[in-house]
Amino acid sequence: MSKGFQIVVCIKQVPDPRYLSKIVIDPVTKTIRRENVPAVINPLDKNALEEALRIKERFGGKVVAISMGPPQAERVCRDALAMGADEAILLCDKALAGSDTLATAYALSLAIKKLGNFDMIFCGNETVDGSTAQVPPQLAEFLGVPHVTRVRKIISVNRSEMVVERTIEYGYMKVKVKLPAVIAVIKDINEPRLPTVSAILRCYKKEIVKWTASDIGANPQYIGLAGSPTKVTDVFSPEVKRRREIFEGTVDEEIEWLIEKLHKSGVI
Amino acid sequence: MEFKLTPEQEMLRDTAREFAEKEVEPRVEEIERTRKIPKDLIKKLFDLGFGGLIIPEEYGGSGAGHLARAIVLEEIAYSCPALAFTLQIVHLGQAPLVFYGSEEQKKKWLPDLAKGKLIASCAVTEPTGGSDVLGIKTFAKKENNEYVISGRKCFITNVHLANIHGVLAKSEENPRHMTFFMIEGDRPGVKPGREENKMGLHGCNTGELILNNVRVPAENIVGTEGKGLKVALTAITNVGRMGVAATAVGIMRRCLDEAVKFASQRVLYGQPISKLQAIQWLVSDIYLRYESARLLLHRAAWMIDQGIRADAEVGMVKWAATEGAVECASKLSSILGGYGIMEEYVAQRLIRDAYVLVPSAGTNEIMRIVISRKAFERVT
Repeated sequence: MSKGFQIVVCIKQVPDPRYLSKIVIDPVTKTIRRENVPAVINPLDKNALEEALRIKERFGGKVVAISMGPPQAERVCRDALAMGADEAILLCDKALAGSDTLATAYALSLAIKKLGNFDMIFCGNETVDGSTAQVPPQLAEFLGVPHVTRVRKIISVNRSEMVVERTIEYGYMKVKVKLPAVIAVIKDINEPRLPTVSAILRCYKKEIVKWTASDIGANPQYIGLAGSPTKVTDVFSPEVKRRREIFEGTVDEEIEWLIEKLHKSGVI
Repeated sequence: MEFKLTPEQEMLRDTAREFAEKEVEPRVEEIERTRKIPKDLIKKLFDLGFGGLIIPEEYGGSGAGHLARAIVLEEIAYSCPALAFTLQIVHLGQAPLVFYGSEEQKKKWLPDLAKGKLIASCAVTEPTGGSDVLGIKTFAKKENNEYVISGRKCFITNVHLANIHGVLAKSEENPRHMTFFMIEGDRPGVKPGREENKMGLHGCNTGELILNNVRVPAENIVGTEGKGLKVALTAITNVGRMGVAATAVGIMRRCLDEAVKFASQRVLYGQPISKLQAIQWLVSDIYLRYESARLLLHRAAWMIDQGIRADAEVGMVKWAATEGAVECASKLSSILGGYGIMEEYVAQRLIRDAYVLVPSAGTNEIMRIVISRKAFERVT
């Protein structure tokens, strides 16, 4: 374990969940209007970074954070450096704009391959904006490595494998996975640290490496809108309607009536 | 001129905000009830580096500066003005050394003050002298290379928390000469006295410092012997008053957010009360008070960071922010109607906390005198 682990963490800039109620969907373009909503690092990505940092602190090694996004996404790279990542890379190119999860995973996989050898890749299980949870498994497929999603605990790690707990609907599974692997974490895994004042000041003295689509050797057919098979046909806010009925009778009659109503409406 | 924070300051603000939301906000009810700030919370402040904001890097701080400090204090005060005030006095205790300490003194004390291993109070006020600082009756008598100090200080924030005290004392030989000493808490004759019960800022410790024939070596004098008033006033102006103002600005932003939230949700006459002009005017008043005080705060802090004398500007923001905080909290209470005086709602606490800030670090009448000096001297 002398050289420790080479760890990559994928991070994304998303609208600040504190202000989700202020996000508006443009009725014409069907896109999210993000103006006036501050952007932050995706909350679960902080858990992913925290877990990577803990492993590095225990076993040694290096943590590299990678993000893909517009120039403003440099801020989340700085956040990662302030938390303790050794390096941060931003994939930033207009050709990458409009990428769906598949095109994003493809671009991230090329960037990770360009970095060279790695032992583990940590991701947040999903982002607060898209919530697809597709990128981690897709990324693993592109890299040809196994993946585990919904990871809530890392039980043990050694040079060749990792044992983790992943949540399932009514409990959890204990999974042994060969390294290198993609690990997608959920909130329960840890409490992400806050950066110290000195780390904040230091992180602005470091360089953020910026790579374009050609730097990672991306095939233009597989990135951006051209490389995205997902077509969003409509985006809308669900209309919430309340129905109200008043039934009066004895308690038994009222209960019977209520149960019948709930059955008919499919609630129970 | 750009009215925006640097990226570093923005990240610092976001970090302080997250800290306040996650670590402080859930403890506020406990702090209010027990009138004690949990020690682990104070430790966390130091662990994050919020204790060493004005201490230069070479002495173990971050050297982030006074604007950075104002930003952090505003965020913490938004959730818990009592904790913000405790932190701001931590900085005040360091300030005499930061501004006037010798190289030796800085090396000796600042690294431990930045880490929180040492917490210093700044003890100037006495029953006979606060605004009239010449009225203090703590005397220092020189005996060979030592001083024997006796007196009783009052209204000293953090006095029961501190393990070293900055003390202003008069020379027994010449009462017009005042000297500023750092006095370790474990010296014989040093004892914190009675703990005060304030109407607000519950949990923020305030009390007496009793000095009974305390022997202090000459090496503990900060600045020059006989010139201690300058040391105390520089610290109180640039750090103490600024910290009071930053705490008040945090209260004002909380008032604004609470006012908007309540007015948007409370339905009267078939619509949210935010649609009523009477409520809109109250919200606008709060908004204006907050924004103007924040701009004054940032300007004064920027001046201090640049090494520009800012006595009048600090006086302006201390006055505007503290009276503004009282007004904002009172207007918030008006918007809330009956809920404004209920303990489950934050408005009543903000009123009480804001009132405590008004006489702190110099009354606003004193601020007016400081401001007027510049008004008569200024050139445009």
